[in-house]
Amino acid sequence: MNRVPMEGKVLNENARVAAELRERFREHRLFVLNLISSPGSGKTTLLEKTLETMPRGSRVAVLTGDLQTENDANRLKRYGYPVKQIITGGTCHLDARMIEKHIADWDLEQLDMLIVENVGNLVCPSSYDLGETAKIVLLSVTEGEDKPLKYPSIFFKSELMVLTKTDLLPYVPFDANVAVANARRVHPDMEVVKVSCLAGDGLSEWMDWVARRRETFLSALSQAVG
Amino acid sequence: MHEMGIANSILEGVARELQRRPGSRATKVGVRIGEFAGVDPDALSFAFEALTLDTDFAGLALAVEYVAPRSHCRDCGREFEVHNYEVLCPVCGSLNTEVISGDELEFTYLEIEDTEATDTPRSKAQTAESEPAEPENPREKLAESKTEEMRAEVEVEKQ
Repeated sequence: MNRVPMEGKVLNENARVAAELRERFREHRLFVLNLISSPGSGKTTLLEKTLETMPRGSRVAVLTGDLQTENDANRLKRYGYPVKQIITGGTCHLDARMIEKHIADWDLEQLDMLIVENVGNLVCPSSYDLGETAKIVLLSVTEGEDKPLKYPSIFFKSELMVLTKTDLLPYVPFDANVAVANARRVHPDMEVVKVSCLAGDGLSEWMDWVARRRETFLSALSQAVG
Repeated sequence: MHEMGIANSILEGVARELQRRPGSRATKVGVRIGEFAGVDPDALSFAFEALTLDTDFAGLALAVEYVAPRSHCRDCGREFEVHNYEVLCPVCGSLNTEVISGDELEFTYLEIEDTEATDTPRSKAQTAESEPAEPENPREKLAESKTEEMRAEVEVEKQ
């Protein structure tokens, strides 16, 4: 018996495709967000509000992942932006290859922003890099405040936590401060935005965060070039 | 349950490594997994066993080194292991810390043995006696069919 050192990431193939995608996105100055949450936390609703609020003619596109159905894509297509459904047929996450395949016939030069809505799942999507600029995790106030401690991986890797359905706070035993504190135990620098898509609260903070993050992305690009 | 896909990727990695080492077969593969990687070690072992069962990889052991995340203190510059989400710097007590690792999912080593030794024809009884845990056909032929099948099952993707 002989032990030999072995190097490299286990998800090497996904990492390779994701790195290629990230490079392509940078070339086209395309800002990419990866939205992750449990099923039913409000990813699609937040996307609807986002598309509705965007200035007309914004160059944004959406990829939305689900195990089955075109329902989400149909909901999102109403806003007039390019939208594609990724049906995973049972796979619990999106991987880089699926993104590559579904953007193949889009002219990335014509886009400023791509939003990927991952499959509803707080665990598996966190292991798969999609080449995105930033991961964003959503947590709704009808879930437990301790979700960040139970599922640390995604809270560790996300830049922003969007606390959704805040209009329900008076009716549920959910302490937003505890949830935020838990998220910051896993990720001390976690940024937080609280929104209610129904009441409209916090949507401008959300849109501001997106705009600010895109500026940071673009200025990092020009610094890299300069 | 993405552990199935991860187990499959581990086997692909082992197969790649064996292609570079003709005449060897793998007995154990070591991987390092961070607590923040979002991989459940038990689910991974289960998936690994299911994927290797009745293939040429049968009997291949998986050794998981589960590692704690590490943090860096921005005030005193010290690095420390994070246990139980304690982000406080153990040296200076600062809260101004950042987690710098914890999502590892990487290979560490492979234990291999020569297939030459097992090349000479031996009776079943002899094989069982001397190496009870070994599969009968320890060649480095890859267990593609089984893993392909599983992959086809989980990655049915439609436009």
